[in-house]
Amino acid sequence: MEIKDQKTTTPDELINKKIKRRNFISFATFLGLGAAAAGGWEALYHSPEETSGITAGARKPLRKALNKTELFFRRFFSNDHHVKIYPKSMAAKEVRTNGDIGIDDTGFNPADWKLEIVKPGGDLLKIGIDEIKALPKTEIVYSFKCVEGWDQIQYWGGLKFADLVDHYGLQRLAQKDYVGMETPNGEYYIGLDRESALHPQTILAYEMNAKPVPLENGAPLRLIIPVKYGIKNLKRIGKISFSDRRPRDYWAEQGYDYYSGL
Amino acid sequence: MKLIKEKHPLVMRWTHWVNFPILTIMIWSGLLIYWANDVYKITIFGHTFVRFFPDWFYNWLSIPHRLSEGMAFHFLFMWFFTLNGVFYVLYTLISGEWRELIPNRHSFKEAWLVVLHDLHIRKTAPPQKKYNAAQRIAYTAIIVMGAGSVFTGLAIYKPVQFYWATWLCGGYHLARILHFALTIGYLLFFVIHVVQVVLAGWNNFRSVVSGFEIVEKPDPEEITVLNETPPVSLN
Repeated sequence: MEIKDQKTTTPDELINKKIKRRNFISFATFLGLGAAAAGGWEALYHSPEETSGITAGARKPLRKALNKTELFFRRFFSNDHHVKIYPKSMAAKEVRTNGDIGIDDTGFNPADWKLEIVKPGGDLLKIGIDEIKALPKTEIVYSFKCVEGWDQIQYWGGLKFADLVDHYGLQRLAQKDYVGMETPNGEYYIGLDRESALHPQTILAYEMNAKPVPLENGAPLRLIIPVKYGIKNLKRIGKISFSDRRPRDYWAEQGYDYYSGL
Repeated sequence: MKLIKEKHPLVMRWTHWVNFPILTIMIWSGLLIYWANDVYKITIFGHTFVRFFPDWFYNWLSIPHRLSEGMAFHFLFMWFFTLNGVFYVLYTLISGEWRELIPNRHSFKEAWLVVLHDLHIRKTAPPQKKYNAAQRIAYTAIIVMGAGSVFTGLAIYKPVQFYWATWLCGGYHLARILHFALTIGYLLFFVIHVVQVVLAGWNNFRSVVSGFEIVEKPDPEEITVLNETPPVSLN
């Protein structure tokens, strides 16, 4: 082999140079992007919490994502989408109870209870349980879904919310975008979008397994809204109101999705 | 003499690495959700073999009582996970890379030989192109699993709006189990994947970052007798 001129580069050296250059560029880019990703994560993870209002408890960008995602999936929502119905024989005998927020008052007497509906001007329409029971009953056996991940087939009976609206001539009020409901003591409260509230399977339940709803399940009247997670199925409804702005919502104030639809 | 051999196109490398942090976040936020109702266990004949997961594990990762946070992260990063997967699949279809990835009719037989070779039971592995038979099956399966996660995820997330997805998954309950099982599958894949990468060595690892491999090519001027060694790397 001839001794080559020191100044000319051999093909081997050329290739080594090229390898070094490409390695440097790609690994520098890789590490740079990795650092940017880590920085982006840090920024997101420590981003400011939303100022408390109708929603709270979540980081601002995450709440924004929840709201945008809600809008996206609401396009798919339709009153034609009914929740799957099961035979009565499949309904759980032991109906799971999960929490007693808003219904832990001692000495609550269902006999003294009246449903209050806020009319324009602030007047209250008061309805007794017997008046509600006198209206046509709707029954549903479906799979109740908790935001925690469990589900249970349950059998409920009551007055369809849409029927209540029709019967008491609340159609104009019910054209507002949202419905708010709260317990008599005001400790648990929920906000619902109109479509979900007026969904044909949404009922104000006074029966569970064909018997009056027990106290721990929300006697005398509770909400069963199968198109929402359990957190929206308010026990012991005290007051119902209609609004064009989102009513306050107990769990949305603690970082949960306001919509919580299924 | 060294030669630069192009191996992984930029899109393949990009989607591969972007997937890593996204999947990590999805698994972590999924754990925050799963903790709220961690019922799954493997019980055979009344004996519980595996309970996912013990308390020390949750406490070590400070998982408890963070359901709302987990949901918020899960429902944001699910978009990126889905988009990255769709982008990858579209790319492999359009570029023709899918030909290197989809198992063919020999793959299932050959994959077994690859496994025997990897375990040092068999001396030679079947000839391969870019990926060997075992890789073809694994890399296709992981894409199917990713699609499965999105699908079962939709079935759990919107069982009314996507009732057909829930129905195809065999109901809400089964969809949640499948979603969980797929996650366990990712973790198993990850362990094997990393072990294989370590065994395959630096040249192979570099190709997933920089795109090229270095192959030794005999210089015809210097060597008269060809003494070509087969490529060492399998991954």
